[in-house]
Amino acid sequence: MEQILALLIGVLVAASVWLMLSRNVVRFLFGLVLISNAANLVIFTGGRLTLGAPPLIDEGADAPPALVANALPQALVLTAIVIGFGLLAFALALVFRAYTALGTVDSDEMRLAEPREGEEGAAKLPARGGATPEMAREAAE
Amino acid sequence: MKSVIVESGARFLVALLLVFSVYMLLRGHNLPGGGFIGGLVGAMGFVIQTIACGTESARKALRADPSNIAMAGLGIALLAGLFAALFGDALFTGQWLFIGATEESKGLPLSSVLVFDIGVYLVVMGAILTLVFALEEEA
Amino acid sequence: MGSATGEAAAHGAKPANRRGQGLTWVPAALAAAIFAALWPAIPTVAAGEVLRWGVAWVPSLGVNFSVLLDGLSLTFALLISGIGALVMLFAAKYMEGKYHSGRFALYLFLFMLAMLGLVLADNLLTLFVFWELTSITSYLLIGFGHADAKSRRSALQALLVTGMGGLALLAGFILIYTVVGSFDLAVVLASGDVLRDSPLYLPILILVLAGAFTKSAQFPLHFWLPNAMAAPTPVSAYLHSATMVKAGVFLLARLHPALAGTDVWLWSLTLFGGVTAVFASVMALRQTDLKQALAYTTLMALGTLVLFLADGTSAYAITGFMAFLVTHSLYKAALFLVVGTVDHGTGTRDARILGGLARAMPVTAFAAALAGLSMAGLPPFVGFIAKEVLYKGAGELPLGTIVTGFALASNALMFAVAGIVCLRPFWGRPRGETPVPPHEGPWQLLAGPIILSVLGLALGLMPWLKQQALVSPGVDAVLGRGGEARDLKLWAGVNLALVLSLATFALGLMLYAFHVVLRDGLNRLGARLPSLDAGWDRFLDGLKALAAWQTRILQSGRLVNYMAVTFATLLAGLGAALIATAPGPIMLEMPYLLVKEWGIALLVLAGTGVVVSTNSRITALAGLGVVGVGVALIFVTYGAPDVAITQLLVEVLVVVLVALAILKLPSLEPETGRRRWFDAALALGIGGAVTVIMLMVLDVPLDRRLSEYFEVTSWPEAFGRNIVNVILVDFRALDTFGEIAVVAVAGIAAFALLKTKIAPAKEDAR
Repeated sequence: MEQILALLIGVLVAASVWLMLSRNVVRFLFGLVLISNAANLVIFTGGRLTLGAPPLIDEGADAPPALVANALPQALVLTAIVIGFGLLAFALALVFRAYTALGTVDSDEMRLAEPREGEEGAAKLPARGGATPEMAREAAE
Repeated sequence: MKSVIVESGARFLVALLLVFSVYMLLRGHNLPGGGFIGGLVGAMGFVIQTIACGTESARKALRADPSNIAMAGLGIALLAGLFAALFGDALFTGQWLFIGATEESKGLPLSSVLVFDIGVYLVVMGAILTLVFALEEEA
Repeated sequence: MGSATGEAAAHGAKPANRRGQGLTWVPAALAAAIFAALWPAIPTVAAGEVLRWGVAWVPSLGVNFSVLLDGLSLTFALLISGIGALVMLFAAKYMEGKYHSGRFALYLFLFMLAMLGLVLADNLLTLFVFWELTSITSYLLIGFGHADAKSRRSALQALLVTGMGGLALLAGFILIYTVVGSFDLAVVLASGDVLRDSPLYLPILILVLAGAFTKSAQFPLHFWLPNAMAAPTPVSAYLHSATMVKAGVFLLARLHPALAGTDVWLWSLTLFGGVTAVFASVMALRQTDLKQALAYTTLMALGTLVLFLADGTSAYAITGFMAFLVTHSLYKAALFLVVGTVDHGTGTRDARILGGLARAMPVTAFAAALAGLSMAGLPPFVGFIAKEVLYKGAGELPLGTIVTGFALASNALMFAVAGIVCLRPFWGRPRGETPVPPHEGPWQLLAGPIILSVLGLALGLMPWLKQQALVSPGVDAVLGRGGEARDLKLWAGVNLALVLSLATFALGLMLYAFHVVLRDGLNRLGARLPSLDAGWDRFLDGLKALAAWQTRILQSGRLVNYMAVTFATLLAGLGAALIATAPGPIMLEMPYLLVKEWGIALLVLAGTGVVVSTNSRITALAGLGVVGVGVALIFVTYGAPDVAITQLLVEVLVVVLVALAILKLPSLEPETGRRRWFDAALALGIGGAVTVIMLMVLDVPLDRRLSEYFEVTSWPEAFGRNIVNVILVDFRALDTFGEIAVVAVAGIAAFALLKTKIAPAKEDAR
């Protein structure tokens, strides 16, 4: 099963890279979710798989039975999941915020900080309903 | 999206999930569970209430501001870790007190480790709810 | 300094401008104290002793903060502190009442400390640090009149040129370290043979010479020095006569035992030094600004000094080097100060206007005459002795004819320049109206020129004093062996050197007589030659254009490009690692799997496919959920209930959160085009690489020691039966604390992001 998982991880990574290369930041978010999963699986599989023997110590025993799942990668993955969630939530807030401020989810259109060559950053923006001063200030921060 | 059935069902579920989350937290040291899982379950309860009744009601039920909960949790976890220094151990070394311990049984164990896990619980719950409320209110 | 006064007016003489005004004499006093402290070391060092003192600074790198006091460093240190004291006294008066004169005094003092550190360093790295400090402090000094664009440009140019040289020097020092195994000067100097035989000798030499030549302004990197004359006169007198520009020469002398004695050394120093000397003398003749003329004669002197370090063994050459070094420092500092006094007294430094100043400024004229005669190399001044020894040394060198030719040409030109700078402004009739009626300067301005020029005469009459105190110990230090110095004599009989001297005078007189004609001719010629200074500007412009070009390529402003570059780099890294390890064939086995295992794998696969292919937000979300649940099932199947529960809960939260936000975002649009094919290839490459690496990892036996430790200690020592939880909250609690801190910060940051009020751009919302 480890080798099957190795293949599966490859598929997940490929899919997430493809999504993250998209101009649409929502697709980027999906890629982020998938690559978190792939990374967790890498750590988990790297610690080898043991079918159905959780690393618990039975009542009355001092140590777990001889063949028990590797606890270390589990601890690593557990926190990684929660942190991955934090990262995703932040990215989501960022995307959402970018959309409400700039009115687009296309990263090619989000050029407030780095306007195109020969195009003033402010030149295009007054059309966006007087949001320029605020956005400029936000960009400055 | 307001529905009487969902609302009343949610209230019941929230209470149940909260109790379950504390249960998961406390049993975590010996069985699957712990601060991360407990915090997630607890957050889930309030998320359900948010969806069913809106953030207003969820905030009221939570009483404290979720970001304060997260910060308090972080402080508790830190104190639990610093506690070890009082006994001359390295930081974050677990300190145990066994109440009524006998030869066979360890009695009721109280430990800084449990306090630390409570901190984790509060941080996870507080941080997630901070996010969910903000997203729900702004979106 | 017109700019300085103009600036003070522009800033409206604030009280702050006067800060430190009353304390400007302090640096001069401190410098004098350092000089006095060094003085007692003369007999000890002259007796051949080498004083060392030090403390460990960065022991792990073998860097010591240590001081080395031998003949060479003591001579330099005495010149630096002695001339420094006089220059600072001068500066205190010269800058009086000018903008930030206190700051100026401080910069000058800091520069002196850096310079002292440089010459006294007993460790290559310490030496380098002080070397850079002199560059930085000189940047502040040259750019002191920072309201003037020309000053700023000159300062930056000096900093960049010497800074580049400094980097080369550091590289050279590190190479020396790799050969010798120590940064200690004692070790380096004792390892001359090892260094010369090393295959790294040539790169070391090139790098060290690059450092020395930029600092000492050797042709063709000389152009910053004349420009640096934008600095106030005390700076020119100090940095550009006695000290900073000599740092490069000092370095060559210091490393002489370690690096000299090869053909490359001989030829490169001879050529660079000789060309610099002649070129600079010709340029000096062109100048009408007295300070500029002096700047070019300084270049000439530096060229000569380099020329005489070219040979590895000749004691005469090194004696000439030391004698000329001291002599030049004395008369050149005196002359710069004289020019400063003239500037102060008349308001101009234009040689075409000045004349007959001796009546109004007798003391200055006296000092100028003494220093000028020394510079011209006339007996009985110390300059004469230095020149004699130089000629004798030149005759001894392997490239004697070339060196003698260079020396003769530059000395004759120097003679002429001495006349232009030191005689013409003071004698004869006034040639034009000076901005200010000429008047003598106060004693603080005159002290320096008088003391330095009288010293030049005194040492000329009593050459043995200079010999014993400064020259002989220095020669021993440069050659790395004792008792080699040749005698300095005022009268050495009729010999070739004397004949050459006479030839110099004759040639010099002719040049002086025709210098006005020559100047105009040279100016016409110079206008047609390409200017290195302008070349430098073009070089900087080119550098900026290159930077702009590569920024446009790398910083395209398109997020997708950044991502593509990042992933392409990742793929290149993974690929390189794979090729480097050259894995053997990996056996893929068709495993016997339970039905549920196949089911889970297919579930994850299907979910991934859906997310990738769909254009519907809700469908994609469902696909994500499926993948998440599939992963949770993997966890629970292989004995990780805690992880599985966490994964499941998080998955639910992800779906809820994304659903909250995503429905407010515009729907997905299909993306096509060649670009996506490229993306797909990149993605497949990375996925494939990850799979191969994963398979390789699985091929290696697992080291379970850490896991076993947790397994056996979890209950007996940490009183927990759930090993995963015990690891999280006890064994690795500090890590967990860091992780929950990250979670809290992420939550609060997202909160801040969402709650910050900005006006939404409604009309563009699709």
